[in-house]
Amino acid sequence: MEKKITLRKIIITIIAFVVSIAFLLPFIWMLSTSFKIEADVFKFPVEWIPTRWNGIENFKEVWLGQYPFALYYWNSIKVTVITTAISVTVSAMAAYGFSKVNFPAGKFLFLIVLTTFMVPQQSILIPQFILYRYLGLFDSHFGLILLGSFSVLGTFMLRQFFMGIHSDYIDAAKIDGAGHFRIFWSIALPIVRPAIATYAILRFIWTWNDYQNPLIFLRTDGLYTLQLAMQKFTSLNGEFYSLIMAAAVSAILPLVIVFIIGQKQVIEGIAMGGVKG
Amino acid sequence: MSVDAKSVMEKNVVKNIKSIKINKKSKIEKNENLAGLLFVSPMLIGVGILTLLPIIATFILSFADWNFIMGITQINWVGLDNFKALFENEGFLKSVVNNLLFLLTVPITMIFSLLIAIVIDKHVYMKSYFKVAFFMPYISSIVAIAVVWQVLFNPTNGPINQFLFSIGIENPPTWIADPNFALISVMVIQIWASIGFNMILFLAGLQSIPKELYEAADMDGATAWDKFKNIMLPALSPTTFFLLITGIIGTFKVFDLIAVLTKGGPINSTTMLVWHLYESAFVDLKIGYASAIAVVLFIFVLIITLLQWVGQKKWVNY
Repeated sequence: MEKKITLRKIIITIIAFVVSIAFLLPFIWMLSTSFKIEADVFKFPVEWIPTRWNGIENFKEVWLGQYPFALYYWNSIKVTVITTAISVTVSAMAAYGFSKVNFPAGKFLFLIVLTTFMVPQQSILIPQFILYRYLGLFDSHFGLILLGSFSVLGTFMLRQFFMGIHSDYIDAAKIDGAGHFRIFWSIALPIVRPAIATYAILRFIWTWNDYQNPLIFLRTDGLYTLQLAMQKFTSLNGEFYSLIMAAAVSAILPLVIVFIIGQKQVIEGIAMGGVKG
Repeated sequence: MSVDAKSVMEKNVVKNIKSIKINKKSKIEKNENLAGLLFVSPMLIGVGILTLLPIIATFILSFADWNFIMGITQINWVGLDNFKALFENEGFLKSVVNNLLFLLTVPITMIFSLLIAIVIDKHVYMKSYFKVAFFMPYISSIVAIAVVWQVLFNPTNGPINQFLFSIGIENPPTWIADPNFALISVMVIQIWASIGFNMILFLAGLQSIPKELYEAADMDGATAWDKFKNIMLPALSPTTFFLLITGIIGTFKVFDLIAVLTKGGPINSTTMLVWHLYESAFVDLKIGYASAIAVVLFIFVLIITLLQWVGQKKWVNY
């Protein structure tokens, strides 16, 4: 009996594995094409392992050529890291204020923040654009960072965790004379650190992959983030598919690394709040 | 001392103590108020300036005829003309139809995701490999995904059509170049890219079902189908409902895929609300008209969100 079940499990695993490979074929094709010479890209049957390797030249062209990915990587890293840091700080503070500080206006203010949650970001693009032009924030990394810094979603997520902290901890600290900033910094934050890590990773992924905001709020080539550069690169190199695939690999790779490192947090975070960017 | 006088004194003492308490309390309250406001103010200011103010402005602008180049004094109020123009604009009507067709991706994605989740929850080895594999598209940027699929869908040289040629199909569709197939092609990519997210949530739902339920069902001689129908589906109803709602809202916001892959074409066959909004605002510079689209988008999402609030109370119970 036991053996039969195991055999069944092995067979199902093999079938599922085949399905998963089929599912991943676009990625496999992308990776293999990025190492090919252009003439081999559309050979059929597909050469999954390139016969003529041209990977170094392809990636060199992508990273140092006319649209230098090295620069866009730096732009993306800068924007993503700073956005993530500010967003986590602002959300954590607001989440603490809305859950652990008893002030009468709190409930009402929280309701206001809650209402903005259902505003689709695209329905406010035009006024944001006008406002940005007016304030001189248009076409700057600073402006782009600000757009991603005030996350209602992050506030909700972290608030759930702050609410889970027993009030006794906080009351005890108050009796010892600690103010809210002390309590926030040395008691509340350390307790919710896993949740902060989860939110930070998610925010990192969403900011890194954001295409719409850079498209609308950046104009200068030199300021492009990776996603925007990827699209410009594609329209410039229309027929050089091996280069385009090398660019696509470059655009996806950092996140695959972040994901593999923070896999547990990402999957748990998504499963927990059912959050979506 | 009379009893009366004593009770009056006692009352006074109690009053005094009370007032001291109130004083102290009001001081603490004051501190709490200040601390609370300090903690939430960065978020409030940010949301106020970058979300609340703009949404009000969107509604105001939807009654105007204006573009970015004219000064603010040149603004021309046109009442409901922009909304009338929406219903006379083929691009808009086509966008609404496409958005509605796109809704089909939501249940299809959910069915595939549930199947995959059930299989990898209990019936396979290397569970974490499968989680990562099916989750890959979610962490990849839509731009990169769209570019890769664009090449895969290439009508003459793309691997997909080469494969179809090789198995003897002489006239395969030209996918994103064919007005009849473009939207379906985009929907396929959308489904492929959304499966990971849905699967992770279904998996979490499945894992929260107590084992005892299955054991009890086994003892009663329940079939796999019985267990699916009577244990899994009810237990997964909150997840299903959540995925349905976020999925629907998600389809109304589709933009990246269209912007990179088809730019709404060929001949408007893949235009969607947000793409139409983007084109009207930032290509055609019709701010008032585009704001009217934004209002429609907002109202669609609002209705679905309200349905969620109502539905959550009624439907999600186990």
